[in-house]
Amino acid sequence: MSVLAAAVFNLNHPAHTVDWEFIHLSVANVVVIGLMLIVFLLAILLPFPGAARRAATRRGERS
Amino acid sequence: MSATSPPAAPSSKSWTVRTRERAVAALPPEKLLPDGQPTYVASWIYVFGVASIAALVVIVASGSILALKGPAWWHYTGIGHFFNSIHMWGVELFFFVMVVHLWGKFWMAAWRGGRTRVWITGAITFLVAVPTALTGYVSQQNFDAQWIATQAKDGLNAVGVGAFFNVTNFGQMYSWHVLLLPMAVIALVAAHVLLVRRHGVVPPFSIDDRKAALASSSAAGASSTTAPPNGSPAPPTSTETPPPGSPPPTSTGIGS
Repeated sequence: MSVLAAAVFNLNHPAHTVDWEFIHLSVANVVVIGLMLIVFLLAILLPFPGAARRAATRRGERS
Repeated sequence: MSATSPPAAPSSKSWTVRTRERAVAALPPEKLLPDGQPTYVASWIYVFGVASIAALVVIVASGSILALKGPAWWHYTGIGHFFNSIHMWGVELFFFVMVVHLWGKFWMAAWRGGRTRVWITGAITFLVAVPTALTGYVSQQNFDAQWIATQAKDGLNAVGVGAFFNVTNFGQMYSWHVLLLPMAVIALVAAHVLLVRRHGVVPPFSIDDRKAALASSSAAGASSTTAPPNGSPAPPTSTETPPPGSPPPTSTGIGS
């Protein structure tokens, strides 16, 4: 009998789901969608490293 | 022949010459491989396109190894499990970053400035990637694949295409998964990238332009029919969207 590594979470049960009217999503998919939304917002809000320095450099070159 | 004499002009242009001239005219080398990008590209939201390509490279590389070694290898060996997991998580990452890329470009109205074909090729790539992933899930050769295949069979029959795709047929699904659909995805991504190179990366909406659009709509009054609907993007202007083929306004030096 092969030895299997245990999963971090107990997966030996039917999937948990989120049900709202006709919407039927597994909790795992809801978590992934939530992570995508968080990453999307962070990508808009967080400054890009060096962006201000590059813009200032370009402004200095033009003037 | 002396070194200073000019090369003789071809008397009649062959199809190779015509193809080369049209390709260079459509996409000059300095646009195909630029040494910088516009300043506005220095934002995290512009990272997800190339992140999608990076994930696709991992998927193709790991998938090629899986295809060479076969189901017994990916089910019964440790290194096979490893590459199987790399392939699966590469797909998860590919869809994750591709969806964020899609959201960013949708809210940026990335079809502006003559970029309609850029948007369309990206959208079709997403749509083709979905059955590419599905055929992978049903090609695993395990109970999970059988369960997914029977569920997908009902779905495909329900939409009327069940006569063309037998998702319970491993050979048919494996052919779609390792050859036909990946070729389509790679070709679409290549066309998408070349079109981005040709038309340039779409700029974000200018805050000044949005302020001007809001001010003009307020001045026109609530009954005006010319005012854009609430929440609609500001109309593109010459300062906001450069015409296709125009050089970027400034360069960040990214990629140089």
